[in-house]
Amino acid sequence: MTTLPSGPSAGADTGTTVVRMAGIDKSFLGVQVLFGVDLDLRAGEVHALVGENGAGKSTLMKILAGVHQADGGTVELDGHAVSFEHPLQAQHAGVSTVFQEFNLLPERTVAENVFLGREPRRRGLVDAAQMNAATAALLEDLGLTWLSPQTRVRSLSVAGQQIVEIVKALSHDARIISMDEPTAALADEEVEVLYRLIGTLRERGVAVLYVSHRLKEIFDLSDRVTILKDGALVDTVDTARITSDELVKLMVGRPISSFFPDKIEGTAIGETRLRLDGCGNAQLDGIDLELRAGEITALAGLQGSGRTEIAHALFGVDRFTRGSMWIDGRRVRVRSPRQAVRAGIALVTEDRKAEGLALNQSVMANARLVLDAVQPGQAGRRVQNIPGILSSLDLVARDVDQEVRFLSGGNQQKVVLAKWLATEPSVMVLDEPTRGIDVGAKQRVYSLMRELSARGVAILMISSELPEVIGMADRIVVLRDGRIAGELSAGADEESVMSLATGHAMGGEQ
Amino acid sequence: MSQTTETVDVAQQRSRSRWNLGPTELVFVALVGIVIIGAVLVGLRGQNLFNTANTVDMFTRSSLLGFIAIGQTFAILCRSLDLSVGYVVALTSIVAATTMEGDTGRIGLGIGAVLLVSGAIGLANGLIIAVLRVNPFITTLGMGLIIKGYLDTQYQGPAGSVPTQFQQFGFTRLGFLPLSTAVMLAVALAGFLFLRKSRTGYHMFAVGGNAEVARMSGIRTGRVMVTAHVLCSLCAGLAGLLIAARFGTGSALVYDNLYELDSIAAVVLGGTLLLGGRGGIAGTIGGVLILAVLDTVFNILQVDPFFKDVLRGVIIIAAVAIYARRQLDRKARRIRFDDGNGGSATSDAAPKVPPSAGSSGRQPPPPAGVRGAPGDAHETSQTGTTIRQGPKGEGR
Repeated sequence: MTTLPSGPSAGADTGTTVVRMAGIDKSFLGVQVLFGVDLDLRAGEVHALVGENGAGKSTLMKILAGVHQADGGTVELDGHAVSFEHPLQAQHAGVSTVFQEFNLLPERTVAENVFLGREPRRRGLVDAAQMNAATAALLEDLGLTWLSPQTRVRSLSVAGQQIVEIVKALSHDARIISMDEPTAALADEEVEVLYRLIGTLRERGVAVLYVSHRLKEIFDLSDRVTILKDGALVDTVDTARITSDELVKLMVGRPISSFFPDKIEGTAIGETRLRLDGCGNAQLDGIDLELRAGEITALAGLQGSGRTEIAHALFGVDRFTRGSMWIDGRRVRVRSPRQAVRAGIALVTEDRKAEGLALNQSVMANARLVLDAVQPGQAGRRVQNIPGILSSLDLVARDVDQEVRFLSGGNQQKVVLAKWLATEPSVMVLDEPTRGIDVGAKQRVYSLMRELSARGVAILMISSELPEVIGMADRIVVLRDGRIAGELSAGADEESVMSLATGHAMGGEQ
Repeated sequence: MSQTTETVDVAQQRSRSRWNLGPTELVFVALVGIVIIGAVLVGLRGQNLFNTANTVDMFTRSSLLGFIAIGQTFAILCRSLDLSVGYVVALTSIVAATTMEGDTGRIGLGIGAVLLVSGAIGLANGLIIAVLRVNPFITTLGMGLIIKGYLDTQYQGPAGSVPTQFQQFGFTRLGFLPLSTAVMLAVALAGFLFLRKSRTGYHMFAVGGNAEVARMSGIRTGRVMVTAHVLCSLCAGLAGLLIAARFGTGSALVYDNLYELDSIAAVVLGGTLLLGGRGGIAGTIGGVLILAVLDTVFNILQVDPFFKDVLRGVIIIAAVAIYARRQLDRKARRIRFDDGNGGSATSDAAPKVPPSAGSSGRQPPPPAGVRGAPGDAHETSQTGTTIRQGPKGEGR
C-alpha cells in the first residue's frame, strides 16, 4: 500500500535542500529558452516560481519533471546528480508534477485515477477493494474525507479534480511536488481548499514548487520566490522581504507605477446601451442590469453563481426565458450568437482555446472570423482595420499568417480581442479576460478596456480575481445563486464583495 | 464520511438521479421495451414471439454478431475501431473449412489455424496503429481490403468442408439456447471479467479515455492497443468458426453482410462511447440482442428487407441521438430556477410560462419554494471552504 510521507516527524528534515538545479540551459529548435538558471528547493518550503509568460518557468519545471532534458547544467536530488528521461523516472524518485492540463480520466473513479498504471493486484486480478481502501486512507490522511474514492472524476468540480491530481501525485511518495498554475481554473473559495492542502504538505516536509501568475497567492503561500525573466534567473528572495510592487518590477524589469491604468481623461458615462429587465432562465432569476456607454461594470460572484450564465444568455448561447432585454432603447430578443453579434454585442469567452480560437488557423483567419461569418457586407472595410487593431494591441507574432497555436497565451488573447474589436461592438462582455496570461499582456488588456470605454463602449467584465474587479470597475454587480446579491460602487473593498458573494460576513459560519 | 454539506450534496444527487439510469441499464430497459413491442406486434398477427422457433432464431442471430461485437468493444473502448472484422470472419471460415477438410481428427487443428490467422491479423492491425501511428480507420479498412482482395482472387465460391461433429457447434441446442449462443455468452462473461478485473482491462479504459494520461501514468499504451486488436480479431475468428459450422463449408462472400458495421452499431447501441474510455461488454450484449430481436420480429412480420434496413438505420441513429442528448443533459447545469420552459424535461410540475410572457412587463418573482428545488439548498457556499460536487448527477 502506498503511504504518504508520514506524519509530522518528516518535518524534522525541514529546511534541508532536496533539489539543486544549477546552470540549467535549454534550447528548442535552436532558440535558447533557459540561460544557466539555478534553483534549489528545501524540504517543507513552498517555493514560488514567477515570471512573465515565456520567461521559462514551465520549461524549468518540465526539466525537473523529466518531460524535457536540460542541454547544460546539473540537477541534484539529495546531493546526487540525476537526469530524468521520462516523467515516470522522476516520479519514482519522488518528484511529482501537477501539470496545467488535467491528467485525469473523467469517466473513471477517483481511486482508479489515483492508482492508474499501478493498480494493486491479488492473484493477478485488480483488487478494487484494496484500491478504494488505500485511496480512502490517503484522502483521510489529507483531511479530504468529503471526497469518496468511488466518485467518478467527471462529477467533481474543477477544484475537486485539481485535488485528485495532487492526491495522485502524492500517492507516489512524492517529496517534491511542482504545480503549474494550479489555481488558474479555480474560483476564490476553491483556492482555499488548495491552500489548506498545500499547508498540509509543507508541514509534512514536502517541497512544493509553485508556478502562478496570481501575485496574491505567491504572498499568501510561498516561503521563497524565484523570479525568471527571458529565460534567465533574476533572483531568489524570501517572500517576506519583498513587496508585490518590487516583485512585479523584478518580473517585468520595469517599474509599474500602478498596476491598473487610470481612467482615460474625458471618459464619460453616457446613455444606457444594454438593459436587462427581470431576466431569468433555469440558472438565473430576476436579473436587472444596465450597461452604460463608457462604463466598466464588473460581474463578481463565486464560481457557479451565474456570472458566465449571464454572459451566455446575453450572447444567445443560452437564452433568457423570462424578462426583457433592450439595446439602445430597443427591445431585442437574442436567440443565437449570430443575432447577438448583429445587435452589437461581443463576448470574449472564458476558455479561449476551446471557445475563442481556431488554434490551427492563422492569426488573420481568426481575427476576421466573426466579420466574415456575420457581417459579410461590411467585412471589406472592417477587415482592412484588422492589421491596425492587431498592432495596436502589441501582438507579438511572426506575421498574420502564423497559426495561433504557436502564440503565447497573452498573444492568443490579443487575437481574440482583435476578432471582436473588428466588429466594432457597442457592448463588450469579457469573461475572465486575463486568465492565464502574463503580467504584460494583462496590463495591455486593462488599458484596452480603458480605451474602449473612453470611446463609449459599454463593458461587462466577469472576473474571479477580486483585485482586478476592484481595480478596474466603475460599478460592481455581485451575483449569488443566480440572483443579483447587490451592487457596489468603485472603490469597494474585497471584503464587501466577498460578503455579498457568500451571503454572510467574512469568517462567519452559516 | 464526515457530516459536511458536501456529503449531503452527493446524497441529494444520488436520490435525484433515481431515474437517471446508467448506459448499460438503459440498454437493457430498451431491450425489454423492444421485446414487449415486438411481442405485441407479432401477437397481433396471431403468432407467438416466444415460441421455440422464434426464440431460437433470436438467439442464433445474436451469437454470430455477439462474437464480433464483443471483440469490437475492446477496440472501440481503446478509441480505436476495426473495420476488417467482416473480412476476418470470411477468411477464417475458409481457413477452418479448408484445414479441417471434413476430417474429424483435424477439428483441433482447424480451430488452432483460425485462432492463429485471426490473431496474426489483429496483431498486424494493432502494431500498425500503435507503432506506425496509422489511423485505425485507415489501417483496418486497408487490412479489410487486403483480405477481400485475397479472398476474391483465391476463392470464388465455397471452399473446404467441415466435419459433421464440428457442425454441431452451429446447430446443437441446450433447450432453447443454441450452443453457439452459450459459447458466445461465456466469451462475453470472460470479456466482462477481463475488463473489470485485469490490469490490461483497466488500462483499456485509460488508453481510450486519454492516451497521453495513460502513457504518463506508466501504461504501455501500445501494448494495450495491440492487445485490444488481437482480442478483437480473435473474436472475429470465433465468428468465422461459427459460420463454417453453420454452412458446413468456408464462405468468402459472407463479408457482404457488413458485420463490421453491425458490430459497431451493436457496440454503440450498447452505450460504449465511440470516442472510447467508457462502456463495456454487458451493454454490447444488450445491443446485440436488440438487433437480433429486431431482425426476428421484422422477419416474422415479413417486413420488406430493404425497408428493414431503413428501420434498423433509424433505430440506431435514434438510440445514439438519445445517448448524445443524455450526454448533453449531464453536462448541463442543474435547474436552479424552473420556469417550465427552460428546455428541461423535469419541469412538468411547474407552472407554464410562455416565452413571450415578459412582453407584458416584469415577470413576478417566482414563488419562494421554487428556488429551493432539490439539490439547490446546499449550493450556497460557505466562505472559502466549500467545494461543491459537480452539478452532473449521474447515477452510476
